[in-house]
Amino acid sequence: MKIKIPVIEMVGITKVFPGIIANDAIHLSLMQGEIHALLGENGAGKSTLMSVLFGLYQAEAGLIKKNGQVVQIHNPNDANKLGIGMVHQHFKLVEVFTVLDNILLGFEPMNGVFIDRKRARNEIESLSNQYGLKINLDAKVEDISVGMQQRVEILKMLYRKNDILIFDEPTAVLTPQEIDELMQIMRNLIKENKSILFITHKLQEIMAVSHRVTVLRKGKYVGTVETANTSIEELSRMMVGRDVLFNLEKNQKKLGPVILTCDHLTVKKFDQPKDAVKDVSFNIHAGEIVGIAGIEGNGQSELAYAISGILPVSSGQLTLKNKPIQTYSVRKRNDLGMAHIPEDRHRYGLILDFPLHFNLSLKKYHHRPMNQHGILNFKSMEKLGESLIQKFDIRTSQGAMTDTRSMSGGNQQKAIIAREIDANADFILSVQLTRGLDVGAIEYIQKQMLHQRDLGKAILLISLELDEILKLSDRILVMFEGQIVKELDPKSTTQEEIGLYMAGGGQRA
Amino acid sequence: MRKWITKLEDMFIQSKAFLFIASRPNWIAFLASFIAILIGLMIGFVIMLIFNPLQSLDGFFLITGGWVFRGSNLLRDLGRWLFTTGPLLMTGLSVGFAFKTGLFNIGATGQYTIGMFVAIWVGFYGSGFGPFQWVIGVLGGMLAGALLGLVNGFLKARFNVHEVITSIMFNYIVMYFVNSTIKSSSIMFDSERGITNAISSNAYLPTLGLRTLFPGSPIDIGIVLAILLAIAMWFILYRTKFGFELQATGLNRFAAKYAGIDENRSIMLSMTIAGGLAGLGGTLYFLASGALSIGTFYEPADILIGTGFEGIAVALLGMSNPLGTIFSAGFITFVQRGGQYMQGLGIKIEIIEVIIASILYASAISLLFKEYFNRLKLRGDRKEESLK
Repeated sequence: MKIKIPVIEMVGITKVFPGIIANDAIHLSLMQGEIHALLGENGAGKSTLMSVLFGLYQAEAGLIKKNGQVVQIHNPNDANKLGIGMVHQHFKLVEVFTVLDNILLGFEPMNGVFIDRKRARNEIESLSNQYGLKINLDAKVEDISVGMQQRVEILKMLYRKNDILIFDEPTAVLTPQEIDELMQIMRNLIKENKSILFITHKLQEIMAVSHRVTVLRKGKYVGTVETANTSIEELSRMMVGRDVLFNLEKNQKKLGPVILTCDHLTVKKFDQPKDAVKDVSFNIHAGEIVGIAGIEGNGQSELAYAISGILPVSSGQLTLKNKPIQTYSVRKRNDLGMAHIPEDRHRYGLILDFPLHFNLSLKKYHHRPMNQHGILNFKSMEKLGESLIQKFDIRTSQGAMTDTRSMSGGNQQKAIIAREIDANADFILSVQLTRGLDVGAIEYIQKQMLHQRDLGKAILLISLELDEILKLSDRILVMFEGQIVKELDPKSTTQEEIGLYMAGGGQRA
Repeated sequence: MRKWITKLEDMFIQSKAFLFIASRPNWIAFLASFIAILIGLMIGFVIMLIFNPLQSLDGFFLITGGWVFRGSNLLRDLGRWLFTTGPLLMTGLSVGFAFKTGLFNIGATGQYTIGMFVAIWVGFYGSGFGPFQWVIGVLGGMLAGALLGLVNGFLKARFNVHEVITSIMFNYIVMYFVNSTIKSSSIMFDSERGITNAISSNAYLPTLGLRTLFPGSPIDIGIVLAILLAIAMWFILYRTKFGFELQATGLNRFAAKYAGIDENRSIMLSMTIAGGLAGLGGTLYFLASGALSIGTFYEPADILIGTGFEGIAVALLGMSNPLGTIFSAGFITFVQRGGQYMQGLGIKIEIIEVIIASILYASAISLLFKEYFNRLKLRGDRKEESLK
């Protein structure tokens, strides 16, 4: 193999935000025709580094070279001119436009004053055949699947003749089958001499598709390794800085009585007359964790909000500890024995402008000793706050009085979990338990949930992370288009099998 | 340039003074309001420089408090100042209370007007209540404002109709209803002078000897009631379960619902209370004994009463804190009183209005400074957390 010059080389990139060094002298080199993974936990500086490359941020120090030449990238237009394209984690598509128009947007071939859609269509069709990117050019973006939206984003880059492609956490929204497809697409792309930067924190994907891996940790450069010469264990050690347990110790389950029953439950969407949950039935016993797997938007959120009382049930029965609760208020359900770790921690879980001890008291303030004849006792809120901070190792700058908004995502989630576990409810509804948290925090929080299960709580675990579902659940229910399509045993099933049902394949249960 | 600003900010964050202020939210609020006032006064000064350069220094002196030294009768002037502060404090409390629950009560002016109307109606027709006539007037006015607020709150909670739309509509409905009713009654309306007649003397608010303290002024217990209510509102908001729920709803409606708070009830109650406070403001101004005062007769011209809108500025400047509102209302009427004196300098009344309006306007940016300080504080906190 002859010595090649990297197509992109980032040398000593340093980017400082007030109070934090997001990138501390980071190196990265991308070869032509290479899939290069960028690995790190949340907050490791991956996105910052890519934003520097894409011209969204200017680095304080360091240089960027393309084919050995130093280049200046001041904004995304500069990046585009250098052939750098990016698929963002949250797609940047116009929902009401067709796929074709989305690809053209900002790059329209003109015929006089009119857009020459015919020419564009031919060009895009030949690109999509060349790389195996199956799309329907005339469909509106709002009507197509997430997987296809991603292919639209990829075609957008190709149509703009980009040859350095950045993928920002591309697999987060996909099913296992779609992930396989994406990886095949990536392999096709490099065959045509494109180069790919692949941002992720999922180790299996790196092992499956990448040639080399650069690892970042807390804004620092840890190293670059050849994928062929490394292992998942080594990569995780590089990423976290210590050994990580991949398998949690799980005790034998001791089933108690049925705590929660959903009986032919139907729920409508928020602000829409469409049914999101259709005729769903299941029950949960004390001492077990029931996981619900599914692709985002298949009714899991609505199911959770209906159980907690935030959304009304349109038909069916909800029973908690033998009481029909579907007409109960949120407060009444909580007081009866329901804890809820909500999907959206900023919208539902916390009042960010309240100090931490108010937030930790949110489910208790209306009871004694905090509420004495309508007047609040702040001392007892503080006491509760301090004790939960201690018990759950919540890191704060000013103890119970800390501004909740100023805390990191991981500590905010810990605060919610502390509050909900402290409620000592028989039923814990837990949605997206560890979304967006780093490996250390995930490990801690998952252990807490297993501990609650062993204490005899009934837990419903709704998650988009298959890993988490497989690791924690005693039973797995798969949800597709508002229905439970299959019940699986985590001991005997695989990610692939779950994925098949998540995508609507397989036989209906 | 930006780098330098960041450096300066970092130095500021680490300074002892900032650390002292940062841990005291009330200080941040006070500092922000103070800066906003300074900017407002500066703008006012510039306007004077443009229109009346020769009188500008003198005018600035008057409007920033110099009027206290200029009047022929200081006690009377102070009494007038306190008298006009009461109603404005009520509308300020009204707007601020709604703000705390995340609602914008732009309808304070309508609630104020209906409160006034019911109060003087009792003042004309309620002589049967004898010595309690003023009490009935006050309660009736408050109730009328509260009902109006309740309607807005109900529409918001039940049908999600934005309260700004409904309350602006109500402002006009109330104004035209009140004006046409008053004008068509010869008992209430003096068509020659174009203003309301004097109400029955039993309907006047008691003065409790305050007029011997401030002789010649229209002062009565209105200002005392207003301050007591401000303290009561502070207690409700910051010390009770009910206030906690209102604040939670205001800061994050979704999280409030999640926590089991009935957010529709919070919205309706908050608008009702806000309406009652503004309605009371109307009664305080118009149940004063008109014979001794300046302009407590109502003139049914087809203009919305400004006190309701000025309440928005009062609430913003007071950071919606009821105790802060006492000071901001007092400040604004203080400046207005200075404005009265500026006419003596030959400055046109319209220019004076413009100056006062720009001070009111600038008070709205106090929020901007508060946000800015809070952002700096957040940066400091994050740094500390990351070090731990």
